[in-house]
Amino acid sequence: MILQNAVWTIALVGIGLVALGFVHVIIQAGKPADEDATRKSTHTAHILQAWLFVVLFVGFVAGSWATLRHFPIPPQHGALDAQQVVDVVGRQWSWQMKPDTVKAGSVVEFRVTSDDVNHGFAIYAPDGLIVTQTQAMPGYTNKLLHTFKEPGTYTVQCLEYCGLGHAPMTTTLKVVAARGE
Amino acid sequence: MASLTMYPEDERLSGGNRAAFNLYIVTAVTLFVLMMLVGLTMRMTQARWLDVPPDLFYELLSMHGAGMVGTMSLATTAVMWFFLRKYVHLHLWAFLANYVLFLLGALCIIVSIFVYGYGALWTFLYPLPVHGVGMWTADSSALFMLGYLLIGVGSLLFYLDAAAAIIKVHGNLGRALGLQWLFGGKIDPDHPKAVVASTMVIIANSLGILAGAVVLVMSLVNIFYPQVVLNALVAKNLIYWFGHMYINATIYMGVIAIYELLPRYTGKPYPISRPFLWSWAVSTVFVVVVFPHHLLMDFAQPRWLAIMGQIVSWGAGFPVFLVTAYGALTNIYRSNIRWTMPSRLMILSMFGWAAGIVPAILDGTIRINSVMHNTQWVPGHFHFYILLGVLAMALSLMFHEIGSRAHAAPDSRADRLGFPVYLIGGLIFVFGFLDGGRVSVPRRMAEHLQAWTFSDRIGSIGAILVVLAMLYFAIRITVGLLKPPSPSWAPEPVPGPIPEPVPSPLVSPAPSPGVVGVGTTNAAG
Repeated sequence: MILQNAVWTIALVGIGLVALGFVHVIIQAGKPADEDATRKSTHTAHILQAWLFVVLFVGFVAGSWATLRHFPIPPQHGALDAQQVVDVVGRQWSWQMKPDTVKAGSVVEFRVTSDDVNHGFAIYAPDGLIVTQTQAMPGYTNKLLHTFKEPGTYTVQCLEYCGLGHAPMTTTLKVVAARGE
Repeated sequence: MASLTMYPEDERLSGGNRAAFNLYIVTAVTLFVLMMLVGLTMRMTQARWLDVPPDLFYELLSMHGAGMVGTMSLATTAVMWFFLRKYVHLHLWAFLANYVLFLLGALCIIVSIFVYGYGALWTFLYPLPVHGVGMWTADSSALFMLGYLLIGVGSLLFYLDAAAAIIKVHGNLGRALGLQWLFGGKIDPDHPKAVVASTMVIIANSLGILAGAVVLVMSLVNIFYPQVVLNALVAKNLIYWFGHMYINATIYMGVIAIYELLPRYTGKPYPISRPFLWSWAVSTVFVVVVFPHHLLMDFAQPRWLAIMGQIVSWGAGFPVFLVTAYGALTNIYRSNIRWTMPSRLMILSMFGWAAGIVPAILDGTIRINSVMHNTQWVPGHFHFYILLGVLAMALSLMFHEIGSRAHAAPDSRADRLGFPVYLIGGLIFVFGFLDGGRVSVPRRMAEHLQAWTFSDRIGSIGAILVVLAMLYFAIRITVGLLKPPSPSWAPEPVPGPIPEPVPSPLVSPAPSPGVVGVGTTNAAG
């Protein structure tokens, strides 16, 4: 599943569950409870709260482990030994990218920096969705690793506001099929 | 414990207090309408329904960001002042000084943007303020930053006065937070939640404002002495520490209205508890250290900071879901609550906060941030809990207060129409942004591709509804507040039965295992 769609689904489910909880309480809010009913609902609320804590805690631990055990950001100090390296410099309002063609199927190391202000180096797939990104910051070189699965013409779009020419600050990256494919 | 009396005598506004409160609220609701119109203009431009040139668009974006954050702070400061003054002695001069400095600061910001063309956004991300490339000058940036400094000094003055007043009553800030009861001891049932929340805001937001002051002064030095070059990463950390803290403080000031008002409308006690104290103690730390989630795509950032950004962002969900939203729902459950504007807005605010955290937590995940950072997912989640959460909190107090002046519960036919327009419009508006994030539409961009305009148009329709509702709210609140104070302070009876205090899940004698925090909302992006 495309990551964006997975995120969208999780968000809708999460927001939906929150909304259901609120709707339930709002429906019940108009029904006054006597002392006995109040005590019972208080007891139930205790149990639900404990279960909610357990669910959230398990989600917290499992989610943190799943998303951090392979740390998504490559080490920034030392060589990354990628087969392909692309040097990227952002400046108001253009990208300098050498080379501008890479092969699909093997990892590419992007070394991204800026000559002037902060820029956002985002790579859009031919279907219009972001596949990866990092920031281009003056004085720093951010190393980004990515393996392109599909050949095609990818678009680099600045994603950090950098002044009047921010929107048109784009370029293209060609991803060609690996030899033999 | 918060009063169950609808309009207690010690909340009555008179003389200078009334004038000051009215100044704050009328200014805030007027600015909200204006800033929303600015926001609508931008959404319609992105939708290609309006043709606004990019330079003006980025000026409007700078105005909207700074204006909304500042106005939200102004409104929620009034909320904090309104309730805190019942428990400690606040000086009116400090409250008014904050207002005057806010206006002076706002004037600097408006002039820098609309006279001198400043367009480096509310984040003034170094070194963009000195790289206007013909659109703005470094001098205009300096004026903008001066405006921030004035507003920050105003906030600090108010906090210092509040801190002194709290210390005078409670001995020190730790005791005001209730730290002495975290691990045992009998909690004073009359220890005000408003004092706990205010103390947290004073501690955390003062630190944030000081971080902001440091980076503002550094940036000003760079403007006037360009040979003094700053470290861009350090500057960005300081900016987001300040920015994240300043806007998040509005939630913690605004939620005081819920603690104080909700039990009056449900007729059920909403007592202080150990989990509540834990939640605020933990949140005091969380909110100060969560800001690195704004820099997840800055790979030069030390790895431990990125991990902390994600972990704390996720952990922030615990206090919001388990204590604040859950506690409010428990209080409302089978209470026979009377649905008038304040109670509607209160439950909306709890929903907006809790639901808005879901997409925020997702964005605070490094892996997800790599495809969502700086897309419209970000304004999607923060508008969710600011528009439907914090603003609703502040509006609930405003409607509650005009109810006291009208001698009638604020529940006119127009109110009953305005509320769903605001709710539905708000939901359409935020889901327009979130859908834009799903399809990778960038945020902060004047020119959108045709393929991106679907979510822009959905969002614009929602924004129109929100503006219409807010315009009505602003007029209703302004007219209501300008009415003369009622000659007699006749509290209305609470509608539902007032049962004997029954221990709620939030007053358990021992803390539920792991129940922590009141919530540190994420604003990753």
